[in-house]
Amino acid sequence: MPDGDIPQDGPGQDRIEEAVRAVLGSLSGAMTVTEAALLSELEALGREVMRAKSEIAALRVEDINHSHIPAATDELDAVVEHTAEATNEILDSCETLEALQATLSGAAAETVAAAVTRIYEACSFQDITGQRIGKVVAALKAIETRVAAVTASFARQLEADAVPGDGPAEDGRTEGERLANGPQLPAAASSQAEVDRLLASFD
Amino acid sequence: MDKSTNVLIVDDYKTMLRIIRNLLKQLQFDNVEEATDGQEALAKLRAGSFGLVISDWNMQPMTGLDLLKEVRADARLKDTPFIMITAESKTENVVAAKQAGVSNYIVKPFNAETLREKIEKVMAHA
Repeated sequence: MPDGDIPQDGPGQDRIEEAVRAVLGSLSGAMTVTEAALLSELEALGREVMRAKSEIAALRVEDINHSHIPAATDELDAVVEHTAEATNEILDSCETLEALQATLSGAAAETVAAAVTRIYEACSFQDITGQRIGKVVAALKAIETRVAAVTASFARQLEADAVPGDGPAEDGRTEGERLANGPQLPAAASSQAEVDRLLASFD
Repeated sequence: MDKSTNVLIVDDYKTMLRIIRNLLKQLQFDNVEEATDGQEALAKLRAGSFGLVISDWNMQPMTGLDLLKEVRADARLKDTPFIMITAESKTENVVAAKQAGVSNYIVKPFNAETLREKIEKVMAHA
């Protein structure tokens, strides 16, 4: 077999290894020690390539890049948004209490002032968690970029390796578990009024 | 509405259990028990006597929907009013809950008025 004419592998068949074995067989008895060592190395290299491709195919990198990472970053963005909204509500309430404090005197005024101060201090979590989540989002986006590069490199091989019926298998989850996806992002969530209308449509 | 009835609230977040318990107290429901997942709730329902269940959906090891199905399949419990309080607001979730026999469905975040309104509604039909 001429150089550069190593066949592509197919599902369930290591054609690289097969080709190397064919070459080894045809050369047996006429090989030098160097040629035998070289072909042995080539055979090992072929097996390593097949193993790496199988592992990458098993990772389902296209799912990571197209679904998992974008979903994770969207959810984290929503966490930041919701905690910011909640913090603002808390601060609004603190301002109301501060206004009320002016009508109090003595120990009552001091107690309210101390409580409001503690709430203000506790609300600083929003800034800290927002920054931490921002760092996680940045890390996820870096992973997404690298996964995209890997996916592009192996795209043709992954398509060739695809086996019919390789999709998600039945996982034995109950309907309740399959439908338990957590809070929807605001744009996709139904309002209470929409849910009420949907329920009423059954009556 | 019989406010002396025993109410079982089910949620895996302690904070949410506390909020719902406090809101129920404002509505003069004082007989409130808690469970943190469907399995614990089912055990309490089978061991006790409850006039209302208020449950979250997304819990492990048994979800609120699976709890609802167990309740509706149980000869003694099947008529117990069951309100789902959940952040699962997709149409398919609401439809699945309705088909499983949910009495009413509240989307998180919710307010006290919505909770009062839904409780009054399901208790009126109980």
